[in-house]
Amino acid sequence: MRVALMITCINDALYPSTGKAVVRLLRRLGVEVDFPQAQTCCGQPMVNTGYLDEAVPVVRTFVDAFAGYDAVVTPSGSCAGSARHQHSIVARRSGDEALERAVAEVAPTVYELSEFLVDVLGVTDVGAYYPHRVTYHPTCHSLRMLGVGDRPRRLLEAVRGIRLVDLPGADQCCGFGGTFAVKNADTSIAMGADKARHIRETGAEIVVAGDNSCLTHIGGLLSRQRSGIRTVHLAEILASTEQSAVEEVLTR
Amino acid sequence: MSGTFVGMPAFPEAAREALADSQLRHNLAHATGTIRAKRAKVVAEVEDWEELRLVGAAVKERALLDLETQLVRLEETLTANGATVHWARDATEANAIVASIAKAHEAQEVVKVKSMVTQEIGLNEALAEEGIAAWETDLAELIVQLGDDLPSHILVPAIHRNRAEIREIFRSKMGAAGRPAPADLTDEPAVLAAAAREHLREKFLRAKVGVSGANFAIAETGTLVVVESEGNGRMCLTLPEVLVSVVGIEKVVSRWEDLGPMLRLLPRSSTGERMNPYTSTWSGVTPGDGPQEVHVVLLDNGRTRALADEVGRQALRCIRCSACLNVCPVYERTGGHAYGSVYPGPIGAILNPLLKGVGHDDQIDSLPYASSLCGACFEVCPVRIDIPSVLVDQRAQVVDAHRGGVPKPEAAAMKGAAYVLGRSRRLSALERFTGLGMRFARRFGPAAWIGARDLPDAPAESFRAWWLRTNGGRNDGGRKGDGTDD
Amino acid sequence: MTDARTEILARVREALAGSTVELPETSAPRDLAPVATPEVVELFAERVADYRAVVERCGTEELEERIAAALPAGEVVVPPGLSIGVAGAIVDNGALTAAELDQIAAVVTEARVGIAETGTIVLDHTPDQGRRAISLVPDTHICIIREDQLVADVPDAIALLDPARPQTWISGPSATSDIELDRVEGVHGPRTLHVLITPPRKVTS
Repeated sequence: MRVALMITCINDALYPSTGKAVVRLLRRLGVEVDFPQAQTCCGQPMVNTGYLDEAVPVVRTFVDAFAGYDAVVTPSGSCAGSARHQHSIVARRSGDEALERAVAEVAPTVYELSEFLVDVLGVTDVGAYYPHRVTYHPTCHSLRMLGVGDRPRRLLEAVRGIRLVDLPGADQCCGFGGTFAVKNADTSIAMGADKARHIRETGAEIVVAGDNSCLTHIGGLLSRQRSGIRTVHLAEILASTEQSAVEEVLTR
Repeated sequence: MSGTFVGMPAFPEAAREALADSQLRHNLAHATGTIRAKRAKVVAEVEDWEELRLVGAAVKERALLDLETQLVRLEETLTANGATVHWARDATEANAIVASIAKAHEAQEVVKVKSMVTQEIGLNEALAEEGIAAWETDLAELIVQLGDDLPSHILVPAIHRNRAEIREIFRSKMGAAGRPAPADLTDEPAVLAAAAREHLREKFLRAKVGVSGANFAIAETGTLVVVESEGNGRMCLTLPEVLVSVVGIEKVVSRWEDLGPMLRLLPRSSTGERMNPYTSTWSGVTPGDGPQEVHVVLLDNGRTRALADEVGRQALRCIRCSACLNVCPVYERTGGHAYGSVYPGPIGAILNPLLKGVGHDDQIDSLPYASSLCGACFEVCPVRIDIPSVLVDQRAQVVDAHRGGVPKPEAAAMKGAAYVLGRSRRLSALERFTGLGMRFARRFGPAAWIGARDLPDAPAESFRAWWLRTNGGRNDGGRKGDGTDD
Repeated sequence: MTDARTEILARVREALAGSTVELPETSAPRDLAPVATPEVVELFAERVADYRAVVERCGTEELEERIAAALPAGEVVVPPGLSIGVAGAIVDNGALTAAELDQIAAVVTEARVGIAETGTIVLDHTPDQGRRAISLVPDTHICIIREDQLVADVPDAIALLDPARPQTWISGPSATSDIELDRVEGVHGPRTLHVLITPPRKVTS
């Protein structure tokens, strides 16, 4: 099986540790991924702001980079959703039939990380160890656009040492929403403030999610509030082992 | 980035004001939370709910895709049943028709069933100009009308008011409109409802003309359907001599049997009940029973514009249940007034631009952006309107309407991003400056972000650079034994 | 200038021109089940009571007594075709005005169909139920429904009902949730709904 890693633009630039965690995790599970150097972004920032023409070259780059793989795995529900549900809209708009065909081929091969682990590799216990009190925020696009269901939760429940605590109002949006966070900043912050309050109420040290974009917003609020609660991507928890936990303590 | 983005001004500013009103936030959170729980409970009782949603969508879609035939059929059957059918291209024409019917009967007042469409066309104001008083008889509409307020929810227009505020409105305003509120009025909901009963009863008993909308209009049988709770609808539909119903052309369904799935879907989605207390159906005139003069005004007012939009067309399936409002995290915090329309919430954010068109009004253009695209609305919609997809499509229409001329900062930024993201080497060149960029953003970034949210620290190198340097972690100095340095 | 009808229909035609119109199938998702099993009767009674209506099951011979017991003080109106006698009742002749009906305390009617799943009674205003106004204005509605008139769910009822008749679907007493979404019984329609479920009508062959 030829598997490509789609890192996403935000992980590439701001959260390389998430990408490294995916590589480490999949390697541990016996899967070597390619990293097609031609990749850039899924184009969602443009599509969701209404700039469909501007998204066309980005989608073209995307399908060129990921054509021919059996599976494309990405640590983002939102970007996977964009590739699976929005690329066809952009392609249709471009009037380029070759692009439409390419999108139709590539889009179904894109998997969000928890889908890839549970559905493609068929594992829920990935042999991780993470001795922390953690609460899980299901991001909207993973939950409702992709329908990942309880896959991330099942993966987390199998992690040794973890204390998973329920997040009240978990399925409520955190208020990030891409450019919504800036265009409608007041509403976005009001939504985020409620999410942050729910997270603090759980007493968790860590809030985990499958999208670093949402975690940037949530973490930004938690940090400004000096809550001491850290945001961590799902991949990083699943990649953790007893050895990495010891090393983490040693390097503190 | 600055405040001149396309779609920026209207909703965000209205929302800011609403967000500052802590009483409003409290009233809304309480009310939407209550109704969400009620809906979830009764929906869970229906085993085939998801299948039922598909049927509901198909019933409406079938009629919309065949609308000309259905409307002509509806006109025929209504006429055969003794009703008079009128057609109105817009609000002005519809209002004039209703006013002329009232005048023909020398009516100085009409009693009204709660109806979204008559609010959409501003019927009350138009009738007032003709010297005709239009009395709202639904409790929430009465609260809004007496309080000289605006509706903020499709189902519960006074959702933004709590019991204490309602008591105050009744005490100070009922007297001027008719029978005053009793002196010992408390803020108990049952007591307030009883005061409304007394106040409105004299109006029902003397009214000559009733005005309604319709939840469904059945083409095959010439039947109109009104779904309600309080019995004010029955009063208006039964007691007056003359009944005028203003019906948007999208309300048509083909067959009598289509009512089955719709009446299973609507109350559970709307009030969170298995069935609403009262549903009235009537097919024209019934001799010796109810109004003996029945009019139906078929209204366009932008609906054909929406119908022409292949993506947005599905919004015309809407049965005005308001489930999307109740689950919307944006609506829950801003309330309905921020949307600047009688149709607020997620459905309003697509319906208003579809009915009125984009590109000529900043307020309308801001509505498709009033969403985080979380998708909760689509999940609950009983007729499966994919609101997030329509929102994104409407955003594209807003952007397209503003293309040409000097690009606004956002458009320039998107063009720049398209250039950078079109080629990975451009992106990788730019990523060398991520650290600098984040340091800059922390000091000079958009206040909209950094006002309340910290930014993350930039990493020493991008993932892409790390992969190249270490061959995907394989040559990374053996740290951690598994090939990554994290 | 073209008239509104012509123009609206033309706009509709134009709006749909070029769309591939494949009309979706809209069949009901389940088979109709119009037979009143004991479970259906039980569910109906339970669901009507959920709306805080009064529900009683009684034999035909007890009916007069139960109605008398349920009637409030004041006058009572009955439709012209009511199959059971109500002592002292005013029989509606179609001439009572709304204001006159407002002075009457109660109404006794029969019904066309009852829906178990939703606890709904449907009147179609034939002479055993009377015109719409008499079951609306008085504050107490006593409604008699036979077990053989009960169906499982809404589509079953739709299949039995005649759309040419005016219909009133009643699910509990009048209610509102307009104040803080708190359900309150009793606004404009009858504030008391009293439902009497009687055995099936005997078929003489």
